[in-house]
Amino acid sequence: MADSILVVVEQREGKLNRVSWETVAAGQAIAVDTGWTLEAAVVGRGVAGFAGEIAAKKASKVYAVESPKLEPYTPEAFSAALKQFIESKQPKLVLMPHTYQVRDFVPKLATAMGRTAISDCIGYKKDGSNLLFTRQMFQGKLTADVSFACDAPWFVTFQNGAFRGDKAEAGASAAPVETVNVNIADGVIRNKPQDVFKEAKQAVDLTQAEIIVSVGRGIKEQKNIELAKQLAEALGGELAASRPICDSGWLPMDRQIGSSGQTVAPKLYLALGISGAIQHIVGMKGARTIIAINKDSEAPIFEIADFAVVGNLFDIVPPLIEEVKKAKAGS
Amino acid sequence: MKILVCMKQVPQKDAPLKLNESGTWIREDVSYEVNEPDAYALEEALRQKEKHGGEVVVITSGPARSQQVLREALAKGADRAIHLEDNAFVGLDALNTARAFAAAVKEEQFDLIFTGLQSDDYGYAQTGVVLAELLGWPHATIIMHIEKNDAGIRVKRELEAGFFQFVDMPLPAVLTIQSGINKLRYATLIGIKQAKNKPLRKVAMADVQSALSTNLQKIERLYVPQKTKQTQFLEGPAAEIAKKLVDKLRNEVRVL
Ligand SMILES: Cc1cc2nc3c(=O)[nH]c(=O)nc-3n(C[C@@H](O)[C@H](O)[C@H](O)COP(=O)(O)OP(=O)(O)OC[C@H]3O[C@@H](n4cnc5c(N)ncnc54)[C@H](O)[C@@H]3O)c2cc1C
Ligand SMILES: Cc1cc2nc3c(=O)[nH]c(=O)nc-3n(C[C@H](O)[C@H](O)[C@H](O)COP(=O)(O)OP(=O)(O)OC[C@H]3O[C@@H](n4cnc5c(N)ncnc54)[C@H](O)[C@@H]3O)c2cc1C
Repeated sequence: MADSILVVVEQREGKLNRVSWETVAAGQAIAVDTGWTLEAAVVGRGVAGFAGEIAAKKASKVYAVESPKLEPYTPEAFSAALKQFIESKQPKLVLMPHTYQVRDFVPKLATAMGRTAISDCIGYKKDGSNLLFTRQMFQGKLTADVSFACDAPWFVTFQNGAFRGDKAEAGASAAPVETVNVNIADGVIRNKPQDVFKEAKQAVDLTQAEIIVSVGRGIKEQKNIELAKQLAEALGGELAASRPICDSGWLPMDRQIGSSGQTVAPKLYLALGISGAIQHIVGMKGARTIIAINKDSEAPIFEIADFAVVGNLFDIVPPLIEEVKKAKAGS
Repeated sequence: MKILVCMKQVPQKDAPLKLNESGTWIREDVSYEVNEPDAYALEEALRQKEKHGGEVVVITSGPARSQQVLREALAKGADRAIHLEDNAFVGLDALNTARAFAAAVKEEQFDLIFTGLQSDDYGYAQTGVVLAELLGWPHATIIMHIEKNDAGIRVKRELEAGFFQFVDMPLPAVLTIQSGINKLRYATLIGIKQAKNKPLRKVAMADVQSALSTNLQKIERLYVPQKTKQTQFLEGPAAEIAKKLVDKLRNEVRVL
């Protein structure tokens, strides 16, 4: 049997997660570099429709892995279903997006198969016959190339944004779709998930803001939030924050930017004392201009900033407020 | 409830990092602290014990320096500690780290095991789930609330973009805890004093070796990431930087 790559796309609550296209693009790129064939699978109950959607992309085959027990999602059912499926198909490489759902079941699946997953990768390299997967470490300060030291199947998950979903190539004709029914034994599922819900209604919609001043843990104390607020007001913008600020209750949850908060794309995002962890960056990297003020010259936020100031925010923000006010008064 | 909390020592958040000679890890001469979500996991365990009684045990694997996280946990109220002490433990991948923990506690009967949702250094986000699979227990990840009931527990999972979900599950179980689930307490002077007399069991590599295999993955190379974006650094005294920023805001960003 020829070596193959299996991309497992994500569906949740009747929707295909858009990040799936990024994983398809990753699979296509690796297929070109290795000469391995590319297949895809979607897991759930009544998912043949999604399989059809994926089949429009360049792939040799798409599987709908089905069982009534796959709805609602549980890590037990997903792990059991994919284990059966992967053991029967024996792909060399299994790719998935690094979503909350995938990180919930992939370590279980890989362990159940006596294998390992290289998680949260941002790319790959081909080094001779060796495949290396690139991942961030130390909260983005360093990057590592990691390889597998075990037999296939090799499990890899890719970070949101690592590949361009719109680069997923369409196929010349639709790939064949096959439904595979898996058997999930009674007693496998122990978790009983309830419905997904959103906490309190959001009072502020930061997605519409043109200017956002965002504070991180570098603000040090709750009372200093006032300083950032003054800057936001001077600029006519909204105040937002990284997660630890909202966790501490210094600003309400609905002002949190990032993977577990809001995703914004303002004209200007001014980050004060934010280190630039990936979970924060995914929520604001779409900003047209990013200005970062941070005392650590190696803070990862500088990697995505257009304008950077290495320094103490408490020295820079007060004169900045004055200059902004002057500029506004003069115009 | 008898709860085990896995607590890892990681380099301090703003510690300057230098690569080691082989270029596969950082040099050891940095300051360390407890992995942030693990501190929340400990706090949650202490709160559950205060409500329902039981015992809180903390475990870490790593060299002698990592005993510090156990001492701090004991001072905050954990009842006893287990230290898998050997330099070699830090070189284990998540699967073998979990295997070492499972082997070290195989004589014990816990109702719950807490881990942080991921570490601040390697950040694999796997150890807790791997441990659950090794033990044959159910698990739930990224937990923001835990309530005990007659059948087991009800937990609140955080999902992406502000969504949540409650999950009912039986015990024993493994939960991976998210930062912000509670408010952390500080150690008291009395706690620090009492910690000195609390039991701390050491486990050597030889005690768990038979449960381990070679690593299933390998770090080939560690390096400083290449910048992909053109960043303009503005320099000078604060007042001058403020002027330069306003100039950019007006003439390039065009928001003033
Ligand atoms: C090939 C390889 C080489 C490595 N070499 C080194 C090295 O030289 N030096 C080094 O320091 N690290 C090294 N590591 C990192 C390694 O020790 C990881 O920490 C370990 O694999 C656990 O993964 P993680 O930290 O990503 O944990 P995650 O899965 O992200 O952690 C989740 C949770 O698991 C628990 N946990 C994980 N590890 C521990 C622990 N040790 N003690 C207590 N609780 C824990 C914590 O509660 C944590 O919040 C190496 C890893 C690999 C794969
Ligand atoms: C599953 C998951 C979901 C998450 N979701 C989110 C999310 O939605 N949003 C989010 O933001 N995070 C999220 N996080 C947390 C994220 O990983 C980081 O921990 C967090 O973003 C760090 O916040 P911070 O930058 O404010 O703090 P830190 O990382 O502590 O950074 C503080 C920064 O301030 C700088 N600083 C300190 N003093 C000064 C000074 N005087 N002047 C200038 N700079 C100074 C420091 O150099 C440092 O870079 C999530 C994590 C996980 C695992």
